[in-house]
Amino acid sequence: MNPNENIRQAVLDGDASGAAALARVRLDAGLSPLEALDPFIAAIREAGDRFELGDFFLPQLLMASQAMRAALEVIFPPGQAGPTLSRGTVVAGTVQGDIHEIGKSLVCALLQAHGFTVVDLGGDVSADRFIEQIRAVNPDLLALSALLTTTMIQQKMLLDRLAQEGLRDRVKVLVGGAPVTTQWARDIGADGYAPDAARAVDLALKLVEK
Amino acid sequence: MPSRHPKFEIIPRALVEDIIGEAFDVLARVGLFVENREAYDLLTAHGGRPAGPVDPDKGTGKLTLPIAMVEELLELAPNQIRLKDLRGETEVTLAPGRTHFDPGSAALFLHDPAAGVIRRPATADLRRYVRLVDRLPHYHLQSTALVSGDVPGPCSDSYRLYLALRYGRKPVVTGTFRKESFAVMREMLETVRGGAGALAQFPPAIFDACPSPPLMWSDLTSQSVMDAARAGLPSEFVSMPLTGSTAPITLAGALVQHAAETLAGVVLAQAAQPGAPVIWGGSPSAMDLRFGTTPMGAIETMMIDASYAAVGRFLDLPTHAYMGLSDAKQVDYQAGLESGLGIILAALAGINVVSGAGMLDFENCQSLEKLVLDHEACAMAYRMLRGVERRDEVMALDLLAELPAGGHLLTHPHTLKWYREEILVPGKALDRRARGADNLADLPTAAQRAQQEVERLLAAPEEPWLDEAVIRELDRIMEAELRAAGAAGLPKG
Repeated sequence: MNPNENIRQAVLDGDASGAAALARVRLDAGLSPLEALDPFIAAIREAGDRFELGDFFLPQLLMASQAMRAALEVIFPPGQAGPTLSRGTVVAGTVQGDIHEIGKSLVCALLQAHGFTVVDLGGDVSADRFIEQIRAVNPDLLALSALLTTTMIQQKMLLDRLAQEGLRDRVKVLVGGAPVTTQWARDIGADGYAPDAARAVDLALKLVEK
Repeated sequence: MPSRHPKFEIIPRALVEDIIGEAFDVLARVGLFVENREAYDLLTAHGGRPAGPVDPDKGTGKLTLPIAMVEELLELAPNQIRLKDLRGETEVTLAPGRTHFDPGSAALFLHDPAAGVIRRPATADLRRYVRLVDRLPHYHLQSTALVSGDVPGPCSDSYRLYLALRYGRKPVVTGTFRKESFAVMREMLETVRGGAGALAQFPPAIFDACPSPPLMWSDLTSQSVMDAARAGLPSEFVSMPLTGSTAPITLAGALVQHAAETLAGVVLAQAAQPGAPVIWGGSPSAMDLRFGTTPMGAIETMMIDASYAAVGRFLDLPTHAYMGLSDAKQVDYQAGLESGLGIILAALAGINVVSGAGMLDFENCQSLEKLVLDHEACAMAYRMLRGVERRDEVMALDLLAELPAGGHLLTHPHTLKWYREEILVPGKALDRRARGADNLADLPTAAQRAQQEVERLLAAPEEPWLDEAVIRELDRIMEAELRAAGAAGLPKG
């Protein structure tokens, strides 16, 4: 059996406490944080691949992502610097006035499954909080979700704000959500739009390669 | 917790009884034409009465069948049929509460989107078709749905069965185009099953037998019914009343004629072999009075289908219908509308064998792409038949009580426990993704997605299913048959 099979199983089964315990065992065995993380990354990528193939569904993907997060918090306790093998760092959130989080959470789960470091700010996130986090984390990507026609304007306001603060060139901006379109993304000067989580990952990969 | 499976009753029981009663009267007072000498003699020996002049050359003619004779022979027909796949492993039971889908047969043409034409199919096409049906699990049966254009006409019935046996796995719905073919088809089936006794115990094939409306059993079909009965192979009666043309314009009138023609088939099979397996089937059509065509997608066609199935069920017989077909010429909205309606109605009507998937252009053209899309409709039908099940005593209250504002249930244990049972995940031919483009050209149609899916499914390697010795024997039998008909041997492909 693959010595990391239990880690793979814990992540694929969405067993957060099991994944955290296995992460602790690896650190206690003297592995470096990056070495300790390796099999977890392989497992979460498998979850992402299986989701793409139609073999895994949203509940499983989210559970796997939660297990991955539990392991990450053991290996890199909050407050410490994150792993450097990441494909890129993403700050994500649903814009102010909009509490719809499921779509955004899926994008985060899939991005994480594909090796991105994700800072998920949740729902109803103010422009100030986005700006503060961009300054703190210096992400490669900013992912903005809006599920309502009345809140999608917040995406534009945030982009304007980024320009005012001199931050626009420091981060690529992805927009998404039910009312959002390619045309809207173009109109407000975002770097890209994706209609679903899987294509958000494709877009993110493309944008960080540029 | 037990749930009640959805079903619908298209005609009341009293009307079913009246249809049967009048059909008995049709057979007793009007009679039917029997064009096969052996069948004519057999029915006469069982009480059938000459009702007109006897053809001096053929020794056949019109017979009336007394009510008592029909009742007595009807009583002998079994109420369920147990088929098994070609290796005798998976059973397909035709019994109340079971619905099985198979592709519509028999098409002379193939819808070929890669070439952009509708054309005659050849061996390679039939082989692709057989393999595709094997890879689509909601088809529990295959059928000899295409007629190969690259073999001599007299062999075209046995050759399509040969390809189904050679490359497929599932039980086959088939039939003869000429009387002489039954012997070679039975020989191939015995080869697959390993002898005549085993063949009758778990048949791997059903033989379609189509009376000619109005009220005629032809030489060919009568022979097929008697031959199949003696071999223990089920006959599926395919009565085809055409409203306003070869049958009354009223749906109820067509139903009486259907019942009379089909009862005659049951009687003939039981006279040939008591206890012979028979299926109460049909392919009626509500004639289009503008074009003179025979629409399979007409709602009245489907109403007759569902109604005669109720008659068959009342008589305690396995049932069949041609539903899930379309009169459209392309894999388009009309094709989806007519096929989807047919598949769902057939499932709700409790029909045991539902033949029609893949079929376009009345019953003339098979489409592999449509087979893939119709398969999605079959999956939906099976999901629907499972019904709305009560999983929990308290169904939602506890879940809702613990949910915070703006919370979700995506990772809740209750969701994880039940989502697979509750929610059907469709295949790749159906589009449920968020829209990713604005240009229509960048948004593939169902037919285009299905075309990709056909190629994906067929890319998997072919795995031998029957023993090498059985395959060699099938090849030998078919090759001899082809050579006798003047062909050089087995076609390539």
